[in-house]
Amino acid sequence: MNRFIPDSRANREEMLRTIGVDGFEDLLEPVPEKFRLEGPLELPGPVSELELVRNFEELACRNPASSKPCFIGAGAYDHFIPAAVDHILLRSEFYTAYTPYQAEVSQGTLQAIFEYQTMIARLTGMEMANASMYDGASAAAEACLMAMRVTRRQKVLVAGSINPRWLDVVRTYVRRKDFQLNEIPFLEDGTLDISAAREMAGDDTAAVLVQYPSYFGLIEDLEPLAELAHGNKALLVVAADPVALPLLRSPGDAGADIVVGEGQSMGIPLSFGGPYAGFMAAGKKLARKMPGRIIGRTEDRAGQTGYVMTLQTREQHIRREKATSNICSNQALMALASTVYLSLMGEEGFREVSSQCYHRSHYLEKGLAGIPGVSRVFDKTPFFREFTLSFPVGATEFTSKMLEHGILAGLPLPELGEGVMLITATEKRDRSQLDSYITAASEICGGGAS
Amino acid sequence: MRTIFDICSPGRIGVSLPESDVPEQQGLPEDLRREDRGGIGLPRASEGQVMRHFINLSSMNYHVDKGMYPLGSCTMKYNPKLHENLARMKGLSDLHPLAPEKEVQGTLELMHHLGELLCEITGFSGVSLQPAAGAQGEFCGIMLIKSYHDSRGESHRNEVLMPDSAHGTNPATSSLADCVVIGVESNEQGLVDPEDLRKKVGPNTAAFMLTNPNTLGLFESHIEELTSIVHEAGGLNYMDGANMNALLGIARPGDMGFDVCHLNLHKTFSTPHGGGGPGSGPVACNDKLAPFLPDPVVRDDDDGVFHLGRSRESFGRLLAFHGHAGVLYRAYAYILTMGAEGLREASEAALINANYLKARLSPYFDNPFDHGPCMHEFVLSGDRQAKEGVKTLDIAKRLLDYGIHAPTVYFPLIVHEALMIEPTETEGLEELDRFVDAMISIAEEVDEKPHLVTDAPVNTPVLRLDEVKAVKDLCLVEPREEGGDEE
Repeated sequence: MNRFIPDSRANREEMLRTIGVDGFEDLLEPVPEKFRLEGPLELPGPVSELELVRNFEELACRNPASSKPCFIGAGAYDHFIPAAVDHILLRSEFYTAYTPYQAEVSQGTLQAIFEYQTMIARLTGMEMANASMYDGASAAAEACLMAMRVTRRQKVLVAGSINPRWLDVVRTYVRRKDFQLNEIPFLEDGTLDISAAREMAGDDTAAVLVQYPSYFGLIEDLEPLAELAHGNKALLVVAADPVALPLLRSPGDAGADIVVGEGQSMGIPLSFGGPYAGFMAAGKKLARKMPGRIIGRTEDRAGQTGYVMTLQTREQHIRREKATSNICSNQALMALASTVYLSLMGEEGFREVSSQCYHRSHYLEKGLAGIPGVSRVFDKTPFFREFTLSFPVGATEFTSKMLEHGILAGLPLPELGEGVMLITATEKRDRSQLDSYITAASEICGGGAS
Repeated sequence: MRTIFDICSPGRIGVSLPESDVPEQQGLPEDLRREDRGGIGLPRASEGQVMRHFINLSSMNYHVDKGMYPLGSCTMKYNPKLHENLARMKGLSDLHPLAPEKEVQGTLELMHHLGELLCEITGFSGVSLQPAAGAQGEFCGIMLIKSYHDSRGESHRNEVLMPDSAHGTNPATSSLADCVVIGVESNEQGLVDPEDLRKKVGPNTAAFMLTNPNTLGLFESHIEELTSIVHEAGGLNYMDGANMNALLGIARPGDMGFDVCHLNLHKTFSTPHGGGGPGSGPVACNDKLAPFLPDPVVRDDDDGVFHLGRSRESFGRLLAFHGHAGVLYRAYAYILTMGAEGLREASEAALINANYLKARLSPYFDNPFDHGPCMHEFVLSGDRQAKEGVKTLDIAKRLLDYGIHAPTVYFPLIVHEALMIEPTETEGLEELDRFVDAMISIAEEVDEKPHLVTDAPVNTPVLRLDEVKAVKDLCLVEPREEGGDEE
C-alpha cells in the first residue's frame, strides 16, 4: 500500500486481464532478461510522513547558517518576502500545472507571465522580456549566444568586474571552436578601462557584457560602453541587479540592447542557491532571436482577450537543431513569485526597498571603514547594497571570527587581496545588526569599539 | 480578465516595510540616477487586491490536483503535499548558497546522499545535481562526453547521433554544444534501426543520444547491440532520462551500455512542474566521465564533513550556484517515502495503466506501432479522424471540454496526427476510465457531429485562441498609459 498509488493489487489484476496478459512480467517482455533487475534497489525507506518530518528537522538543525544575520551577497540576497507571495505559490492551480501548451485551460499562468514580462521590461527600460531563464548567469550566457546570432560575429568582451561564477557559466556555454572571450580590465577605482576596451573591440565583436552594478557593488555609467559597442556594431548586454533599478538609470535608457539579470531578489527565497529565475529583456526587433518561452496577447474566436505562448518557431520543439536555444522547462513558478512580489511592493514599496538597501549598506560601510586598519578597496566609486573592504586580518580568519559572534560576515575575495571581503546589507539588516557587525569587526581588528 | 495594471491607483501599496533606522547617506550622483518620467510603471494595489487578482487568475488554470494530465513524456504525476512544507522549512529555505560549509552541513549531507541514491537508481557512479532542467542536463551530458574525447586527443569527434523520434531538446542541445546532429532511422517496429546506426557511426562520432523507453513508449529491446555499435566506433552513449518512470527498480541505464543519463526530478521524482518550471535535471555517469563533472560536486572527507568541491577536470559550471536545492529537497523526500519497493511499484503501476489505456483505446484510434506491450506511454494516431476532417488538434481541444487535459500532440514527429499518452501511476482506475470514455465519446462525435470537435473548446475560460494573430500583431507587454514613461 502506497499513498500515491491508488490501484490495489486486485484492480491491477483486473486491468491486466483487460490488457490480455497473464501477469505483469508479460509487460516486461521487450526488456531483455539480462537487464532486468533481480532484486530490489538498495535504497533507504519507505519512511512514514512523521519519520520524514523528523528526518528533515534533523537535517535543518545542522544548518546553523539559517539563524544568523546574513551579510553575504555575491549574487543571492537575503530580502524580505511578504507572506502573500507564498500563499499564491502554494495554490495547486499554479504549482501543479503543466507548461501552458493548452492555452485555453492555462490562462492563469499565461496572463501572470505576461504581467511578469511587462514588469521586467519596465524595470529594465526595454520593450519586451521573455518568460524567464534558469538563473541570471545562464541568462547572461544565452544573451552572449543571442548577440552572436544577431551580429554573426564570434567575439564577446566581458567586463573583468563581472561575478566570477557567472563568467564560468558564460565560458561553459560558449565553449565553441570559433568563439573568443576577452576580459575588459578594470582600473584602480573598480570602473572599467574603457580605453583598453576600445583597443579590444573591432568588427569581430558581437557583444560587450557588463554587470550593473558590478560584482563589487560599483555603479558606473553605461553610456560609454553603449557607445563603444554600437560604434563597432556590437550589442551591449547588461547584467542588471533588479533591486538597484528603481534608483539607477535604466539600462534601456543608457543604450543597452539586451538586459539580463537574477530575479532571486524579487520574492524568491535563498534556498541554498535555487531554484531562482533569470530574466531577459530586449528591444522588440530582437524578439525573434531570443531564447526561451515568450507569452503574447491575442484573441479567441469570440474576440475575447487571451494569452498564448508565441513565436514558438524559435524553440527546440519546433526548430530542433536550429532553435535559438535548447531551453524547454524554465522557471515559471519563480517568475510568478516575482510578479506577485512586485505587485505587492508596487512602485513605492520597491523604491523603498531599493533606497533602504542603499542607505543601510552605506551606513555599514562607513562604520567599518572607520575602524583603524580597515581600508576601502575602491575609494570614491559609488556603490549599491554591496561593497568591498580590506581588513587587517585575513578574510578567512575574519569570517570565522565573525561566525563566533553569530554573524555571516560576507564573502572573502582573495583575488583582491588577503583581507578583502565582499559585504552586503539589505533592507532586512536593521540598525542593531549593523551596529553589532561594526562592534564585532572592530574587536577582531584589534581596536575596541570604534 | 483585467491585468494587474488595470486595478492600480496612486497611494495604494501591498506591503508594510519597516521605517529606515539609519541616517540618510549621501545619495547617488545625478547622472547615475533613474530618469523619473512617470515612474517605473509597477502596480499600485492593496494586498487584498493583489491576492484577489492572482486567485482569479489561478481559477483559469487546469492542474494535476484537479484532474489527469495524460501528457506523453511529461510524467505529470501527483505532487506530494508534505514535500512542499519540507522545502519551505526554516533551516532549508533560508540558506545562503555561499555560507561557510560548516554552517550548512545538513543540506550538503542531503545533497550527497541524494546523489548516491540517484546513482543506485541509474547504475552509475558519478553525479551532478546542478543542471536546472532536463535540457541543461543534456547539455551537461554532451559536455562530459566532449571533455572525455578531448582528454583522449579526439577533439574532432563532433557528431551526435539520434533517432528521428528524439525530443527537440536533443538536437538543440547538440547544436548548443557545437556538435553536428546526425539522424538515425527507426524501423517498422518503431525502434532504432541497428543497420542504419552502423552506417552512421564513424571516426567523428561523439555520442549517441537515445531515450529509452523511446518516445513511442517502446523499450529499445536490442539496446545492447545499439550501445555496442557506438562503443566500437569510439563514441559514448547518452540516455535521455525523460522516460525513467518506466524503469524504476526494473532496469538501469548504467547496465545497458549507457555512459551517462539525466533524470527529470520534476517528472519521475514527483516534484511539481510549476506551470513550466522550475525543473531539475541531475546527471549521472560512469567512471569514465565522472572526472569531468561540472562545479560543484558534493564530497565527504574522512571525518564525515561535507564539502563543495571540484572535479579533477571539471568542464565548467552551468548555474551561478549549486543547482535547484529546493527541488532536490522534494525529490529526496519522495525517494525516502517510496523506498525501493515503492519506486518499483510506481513503475509497475505506470506500465499497467498505460497498457490498459492502449488496450481500451486501440479499437477507436489508429495505433501504428502496436507490436506488443508498451512501457509507461504509447502513441496513437488521429489519422482515421483526420480523414473525416477532424484534426488531432481538434481532438485535443475537445478533451478540454470534457474537463480533461489533452495528451501530447504532434509528437513524436514520425507518427501522423500523433497523440502521445502517459497516464502515470498516480491515476486510479476511475480516472483512467473517465479518460477512455471521453476519448471514445469524441471518436463518436467525429463520426456524428464533427462540428462539436472542430469548434472546441467551448467549456473553457476562453475559446480557441488565435495563435497566428499573436505572432502577427506581436503584443508581449502591457502598453504604458498616457503620460507614462515611454522608454
